[in-house]
Amino acid sequence: MSEYLVDIKNERLSFFTPAGEVKALNDVSIHLKEGEVLGIVGESGSGKSVTAYSLMGLTAYPGKLIGGSLYFNGHQVDQMTDKEMRKIRGNEISIIFQDPMTSLNPVYTIGNQIMEAILLHTDKSKEQARERAKELLELVGINEPDKRLKQYPHELSGGMRQRVMIAIALACEPKLLIADEPTTALDVTIQAQILELMMDLKKKLGMAIIMITHDLGVVASMCDRIAVMYAGKVIEYGTADDIFYNPKHQYTKGLIRSIPRIDAKEHERLIPIEGTPVDMLNPPKGCPFAPRCEECMKICLREMPPVTDLGDVHYTQCWLIQKEEMEKGAAK
Amino acid sequence: MLKYIAKRIGLAVVTVWAVATLTFFLMNMVPGGPFLSEKAISPQATAALEAKYGLDKPLFQQYLTYIGGAVQGDFGDSLKQRGRTVTEIILMKFPVSARVGGISVLVALTLGIPLGCIAALKRGKFLDSLISVVATCGIAVPSFVICTVLLYTFGAKLKLLPTVGLTSWKNYIMPVMALSFYPTAYIMRLMRSSMLDVLGQDYMRTAKAKGVSGFVSLFKHALRNAILPVVTYVGPMLAYTVTGSFVVEKIFTIPGLGGEFIGAINGRDYTLIMGTTIFLATLIIVMNVVVDIVYKIVDPRIKLK
Repeated sequence: MSEYLVDIKNERLSFFTPAGEVKALNDVSIHLKEGEVLGIVGESGSGKSVTAYSLMGLTAYPGKLIGGSLYFNGHQVDQMTDKEMRKIRGNEISIIFQDPMTSLNPVYTIGNQIMEAILLHTDKSKEQARERAKELLELVGINEPDKRLKQYPHELSGGMRQRVMIAIALACEPKLLIADEPTTALDVTIQAQILELMMDLKKKLGMAIIMITHDLGVVASMCDRIAVMYAGKVIEYGTADDIFYNPKHQYTKGLIRSIPRIDAKEHERLIPIEGTPVDMLNPPKGCPFAPRCEECMKICLREMPPVTDLGDVHYTQCWLIQKEEMEKGAAK
Repeated sequence: MLKYIAKRIGLAVVTVWAVATLTFFLMNMVPGGPFLSEKAISPQATAALEAKYGLDKPLFQQYLTYIGGAVQGDFGDSLKQRGRTVTEIILMKFPVSARVGGISVLVALTLGIPLGCIAALKRGKFLDSLISVVATCGIAVPSFVICTVLLYTFGAKLKLLPTVGLTSWKNYIMPVMALSFYPTAYIMRLMRSSMLDVLGQDYMRTAKAKGVSGFVSLFKHALRNAILPVVTYVGPMLAYTVTGSFVVEKIFTIPGLGGEFIGAINGRDYTLIMGTTIFLATLIIVMNVVVDIVYKIVDPRIKLK
C-alpha cells in the first residue's frame, strides 16, 4: 500500500479531436497524503482540471488516458470498471465545481439533490437522509435548513448554491475533496467566506483537498503543497514555502511577479508574462515555456528538460536549473 | 394558480370572439354561397332558402344573430346537411377523429422521445445518422405521399391491411402511421437537440460526480430538463391531430371532423365553417393553457402570472 492517498504517476492523457490529438497531460505526477492540501495552479488549458477529473473518471469525451497510473487510497482507479468507480465518486472523492449557478439541476429541490448522494452511498432511510441533509446545510452555514431543503436552486444566491455544492460533496465524508476553482464565479466577499468555510471543514473533517485555481493568493493561504502546471506538465512542484520563497522555474517566477502587492508603490505596473499560451495541437519540441521565457537557451527549444530534484519534495523541469545544479555538483 | 387560470379563461373568450368575428367576415367575402350548385335552382327557391336561414339580412345583422346564438350555445343548423345542427355534426364526427388522432399522438410520443434520446446518446454514430435520416424524411415527405405508399404496399400489394373505413383495429394501423409520421419525426429532432444540450450541462457532470449511474442520470436528471421543448410542441400538435387531418381522412375514408371542415368550406356551409373553426380555436387555446400548467410542474423556475 502506498503511503500516499493520491498517487498519480506519469499520467498522459490526450483529447482526440477532429483537428488532431491534443496532448492535454504529458507525464504528470502528483501525490498527496491524507489530510493534506495540494494546490494546482496554472493558466487556462494547462491541464489542472483534467488531472483532477481523470482521478474521478470524469474525463470528458473525447479525452482518453493513454499512459501512466492513477492510485487513490491504494486502489488503481484507471483500471476500475465504471461500477467500481461509481462507488468512489461522491463517496470517497467528491468535487466542487467552478460555477455554482449551473452545477445544480434546476428542476429538483436542494434537499433532493443532497439526499441523492446520501441515499446512493449509505444505507440510510429517506428520513435519516433528510436529517443528514439538514445537518450538512447547517455545517456549511446555511440558515433555516428545513426551508432550504424544499427550495429550488434558482431561489438561492450564488454563494448559497456553492455552499449547497459543498454540502453535497461532504455528504459522505470523503477522504478527498477536489475543488475546481470553487470561487472563480463568486464575488470577492463571498470568495473569502467560501474559502474560510472550506478550511474550517477540512479542520473538522480531516479530508485531503486538491485545490485547483489560478489565484495564487488562494493557494498561498491554504495549501501545503503546490503544483505549477504549464501546457500539460507539472513544471514545478514543492511546498508552499518552496514555491513562494524559492521559485525556480521562470514561469513560476513570472506568476509570482504578476501578483498585485499591497506594498507596491503608486503607479507601479504589474509585470505580466509576455506572449500567449502554447497551441496544444502543435506543441513545441522543447520546453513548452521556451518561446515566452526570458532566459531561453538553445537547448530549451530543442529538448524537454529533465526533472531536477531540489530537495525532498521540491522539483522543477528547467534546463537553466538543471545546468545550475550540475555545476553545483561539479564544484563539490 | 386559480387567478392565473381565471385570467387565461378571460383571454380565451376574447381570442375565440376575435377568431369567430374574423372568420365570419372573411368567409362572407369569399364569392359563392351555400345554395349555388350545378343543378339550377329557381331564383324563388334560392330566395326562400336564404330567407329561411336569414342570409337575406344585412351582413352585420347576420353576425349579431350568429354571435347571439353562439353565446347561448346555439351554433345553428348546417346549411347543407339538412336537419342536423352544427353541434350534432361536431359531436358525431369529433370522437372518430379524436380516436385516430389520439392514438397517433401517443405513438409519436412513445417513439419520438426514446429515439431522440438514443440519437443524442449515440451522437455521431451510425444509429444517430439513421435516426436523423428518418426524421428528416418524416418532416419532408407530405402525408398524402405516405398515405399512398402505405395504401399501395400494405393494402394493394401485400393485402395485409384493410384500406377503407374504421371497422376493426387493423383499420387504424395505416391512418395512425400516416398521421404520426410527421410528429414522431419532429419530436425526435426536438428531443435529440434538447437532450444534447442538456447532456452538456454542468449539472449532468455533478450527477456523475455524485456517483449516479448513467441510467438514473439520464432518466432523472436529463429527461426532465430535456423534455420541455417537446411539451411546448405537443400541446398545439395534439389539438390539430385530434381534430382530424383532411388528407388522411379522405384517403382512408374515415368519417372524421377533418373531412367535415374542408367539406364545409368547399360547400360554403357557413354555420359549419363557424362551428368547426370555433371548436378548433377553443381546443388550441385549452391545450396551450394545459401546456403552461404542465410546464410549471416540470420546471419550477417557470412562474405563471
